[in-house]
Amino acid sequence: MTPIIASGELIVLFRWLHAQLASVGLPDIWVTVITYAVLGVFMFALLAVIALFLVWWERKISAHIQQRFGPMRVGWHGWYQTIMDALKLLQKEDIRVDTRDKPVFFWAPVLCFVAAFLAYVSIPFGDGLIVSDLNIGILYIIAVTTFTIISLLMAGWGSNNKYALLGGMRSAAQVVSYEVPMIASILTVILFSGSLSMVKIVESQTGHGIFNWFVFRVPFGPIAFLTYLITATAETNRTPFDIPEAEQELVAGYNVEYSGMKFAMFFLAEFVNMFTVSAIATTLFLGGWNGPFLPSWIWFLGKTLFVVFILMLFRWTYPRLRVDQLMEFSWKFLVPVTFANLILAGWMKYAKWHW
Amino acid sequence: MTQLRTEEFTVNMGPHHPSTHGVCRLLLTMDGERVVHIEPYIGYLHRALEKICENRTYPQCIPILDRFEYVTAMSCNYVFALAAERLASIQVPERAEYLRVIMLELNRMASHLLWYGTTALDLGAITPFLYGFRERELILDLFEMTCGQRLTYNYIRIGGVARDIPPQFIPKCREAVKTITEKMSDYEGLLNENPIWMARNKKVGVMSPELAIAYGVSGPPLRASGVKYDIRRNDPYSIYDRFQFNIPTQRNGDCYDRYIQRLQEIKESLKIVSQALDGLPEGDIKAKVPGVFKPPAGEVYARMENSRGELGVYLISDGTNKPLRVKTRGGSYNNLQVLPELGKGLLIADVVAIMASLDIIMPEVDR
Repeated sequence: MTPIIASGELIVLFRWLHAQLASVGLPDIWVTVITYAVLGVFMFALLAVIALFLVWWERKISAHIQQRFGPMRVGWHGWYQTIMDALKLLQKEDIRVDTRDKPVFFWAPVLCFVAAFLAYVSIPFGDGLIVSDLNIGILYIIAVTTFTIISLLMAGWGSNNKYALLGGMRSAAQVVSYEVPMIASILTVILFSGSLSMVKIVESQTGHGIFNWFVFRVPFGPIAFLTYLITATAETNRTPFDIPEAEQELVAGYNVEYSGMKFAMFFLAEFVNMFTVSAIATTLFLGGWNGPFLPSWIWFLGKTLFVVFILMLFRWTYPRLRVDQLMEFSWKFLVPVTFANLILAGWMKYAKWHW
Repeated sequence: MTQLRTEEFTVNMGPHHPSTHGVCRLLLTMDGERVVHIEPYIGYLHRALEKICENRTYPQCIPILDRFEYVTAMSCNYVFALAAERLASIQVPERAEYLRVIMLELNRMASHLLWYGTTALDLGAITPFLYGFRERELILDLFEMTCGQRLTYNYIRIGGVARDIPPQFIPKCREAVKTITEKMSDYEGLLNENPIWMARNKKVGVMSPELAIAYGVSGPPLRASGVKYDIRRNDPYSIYDRFQFNIPTQRNGDCYDRYIQRLQEIKESLKIVSQALDGLPEGDIKAKVPGVFKPPAGEVYARMENSRGELGVYLISDGTNKPLRVKTRGGSYNNLQVLPELGKGLLIADVVAIMASLDIIMPEVDR
């Protein structure tokens, strides 16, 4: 069985837990199950806190861009505003349209929520701080995050609403189109790291200060990073690519019929997804946890939040693209550029013109 | 592969929809994302303003008509006062005319700034919305200082204006003009050269001058199509002939041109306000109008250039203190008519963009 936490800061805690459970005399299988359950709850709590923080942070950033204050009332600079919002949403009536497709309508937010969290099995939060270092790490992450589209399509179909259906169809078309250039830019990195494992990818960027980070490996690194950032924005359905939920066109798109906690699940999943793509960007391009002096997880969180900040700047600066322009941008620009970049990188690797 | 059967479907866009600016209802026949046919349904905001006016005395009509086009309520005040003055042949004092021009142009700017914000919002850019509203606030503060109201002013009355401006108005107004002049570069910097903004607006909803004239389109959409027609110049009213200002026009008549057109009009309005502030004379603010205002029997049509096109009032008097008939003409009504023509065959996002660029406001359509 793969180690739960390979090494790093939390390993002591889990060794202790493991030893305690074993000393009680539980069978091995139960010890493993309980340890994994504790780890799962821990990760869930961590990500819930991150998502709540990101909602608050986005509101603050947007407010300061627009010369407002944002939430100020509850706590210092409104720091627990999103907690109160979540509590409010929990109390709200769960309105369900009569004409909905019952199982599809019910499972869509659940699937969206779960898919958003699955990726964290293989994301290294620091040196050794990883739930499970899968040898197909990045492939696994891409595979499970794609579940989100199915949930959006389910939400659009299950609501039995024309706007929701249009939103669901848009999101499916969009994510499928942007998956291609996204994977092409990720492949550029994999070509040089020689592994799909997230830990190996980070380790291949150590040494030489920041110059071993893939983002600084000119010329293919920066191009891959930029294209990844663009496609990541599209993958998370954020402005300027937020056409699935374009509120001025489709009212709210796929989640128009959802209320209360089901809506909150979509909403939180969006922010978890944003953190996921930023974490991938950090791991793949910005050297992951590498950095001097500070603990590795602080470096990881700092870099990831920096990428999140860039995504937020996009959202509060740009208008929204039209659906056909979105498709053209992907197939006529991003796909050729990323594939040309991939070929360039492969050629440089073959000619050994790299460090 | 077997041919899949496709089917057109209808979408009710509105009356409750974020981008129909009120309660307009568009019945869209769609083929996937593409709009095959648009049919506007109006009347959700019908309040029978014209009929109500028939049962009110002339001065009482003015607060009613505030609600006719509430974004530029000054213009509604003004155009009714203008019609009544023409009926009764009242000479308005010099100072009142200047104050009217200042208020009308400030209100035009406020309206265009609101438009700037909401249009950007319709195209998904949220930040310009707050930028536009920030400067609009300065203008609304000036109105509040003058007449105590921020939206429905009831300020311009028959024969003049309701009250004189407070002493701190002029410095504050100059400051607002200066601020807006500076902030114009912010607006332009944020959107003018933005590739996404250009992609969304250029060559979208192209309105030829012939089409615009045929549908009776007026105001900025007409001038953006290249027709140099502005009632301030073509049928002068008030004292507009004393000010130096240009009538900007564009060439292509697409959504982008309508956007540029409005920004340029804000600049022209700024010029007019500065000149009016410089030339503001001392004197009376209201002509001698009898307490019971009874214009002689007759009929008159008064019109003016509003921020949304030609705003007109057709007034019939039978010699009593109440109008026999008040017919209003709003620019939005005609501008909305052209929407099905422009939006046909485009995507649903384009319909939103075109509707935003025409700057339709529903109370003016429904009355």
